[in-house]
Amino acid sequence: MNIKNKIKITVNGKQMQVIPKYSVKSLILKLKMPLNKIAIELNKKIIDKKSISKIQLKKGDKIEIVHFIGGG
Amino acid sequence: MIDKKFKIANKIFKSRLIVGTGKYKSFKECANAIKISGADIVTVAVRRVNISNKNKARLMDYIDPKKITYLPNTAGCFNAEDAIRTLRLAREIGGWKLVKLEVLGDKKNLFPEMIETLRSTELLTKEGFKVMVYCNDDPLMAKRLENAGAVAIMPLAAPIGSGLGIQNKINIKIIRKQTNLPLIIDAGIGQASDASIAMELGCDGVLINTAIAKARNPIQMAEAMRLAVISGRKSFLSGRITPNLFGTASTSNKGII
Repeated sequence: MNIKNKIKITVNGKQMQVIPKYSVKSLILKLKMPLNKIAIELNKKIIDKKSISKIQLKKGDKIEIVHFIGGG
Repeated sequence: MIDKKFKIANKIFKSRLIVGTGKYKSFKECANAIKISGADIVTVAVRRVNISNKNKARLMDYIDPKKITYLPNTAGCFNAEDAIRTLRLAREIGGWKLVKLEVLGDKKNLFPEMIETLRSTELLTKEGFKVMVYCNDDPLMAKRLENAGAVAIMPLAAPIGSGLGIQNKINIKIIRKQTNLPLIIDAGIGQASDASIAMELGCDGVLINTAIAKARNPIQMAEAMRLAVISGRKSFLSGRITPNLFGTASTSNKGII
């Protein structure tokens, strides 16, 4: 795949490039994130973790992947 | 005297001590402190995953949410929208509905922004969350939170992390008298005696993070807090003597030589 065909997305504030029609599931697998310990937002909307294989990323998408950390 | 159960949103908890998981040197130290503290609820925060370091240790690897109740908080939120967004994400991670609402309005003293806190309590309750609310020690606002659907009232003893102890015992007592909801002191505890005093005022529980995590010996302080909460509760239930401004001898004068 030519790099020109890649689309720019933002994951946790950092820019990434992925191929078009890249799914959220592929992204999570690539980042090696354990699904049962995270939540995912796509453009400020929470997405159902069960349907991530069906959701394809588009240019300019903003993704937030969060987990629990220590807090009071 | 048999104590009534410590119940929040119809769930019974063994320990009246709730422990925060922030500020420890390591997850291991945090997990050890929680174990010694006897707490069965711990507060946790929602933050971005570090995508550059995939192998970084996670809190959930050290503290099993199947064994300990996670209480997601809204630390760092300054309005209702941010708080709701954060708690929706927390719910998505693992289905948590019991949450700690904390909407701040003052970056220096970390005082709660009560107008936004009240609004958030209403909105979250409508969404099915069971909201334990960090609040100031104002009895009128505590009442409004209760009317808005809060499942626990959690007034500060003093500013978060200050370790100053309970600054306004009278207000805490007044809130205690007016509510049947769980009343939990959240923030400002500095040492074990502060936790005992909170319990002696009739509070149902105490939430402690910094006083344990930043103690010179956090594990020993966790134990001290566990004992202080138990001790303070027993003291409260036992009924203190009436304070007098004069001495009364403990030894009888009968048979004095």
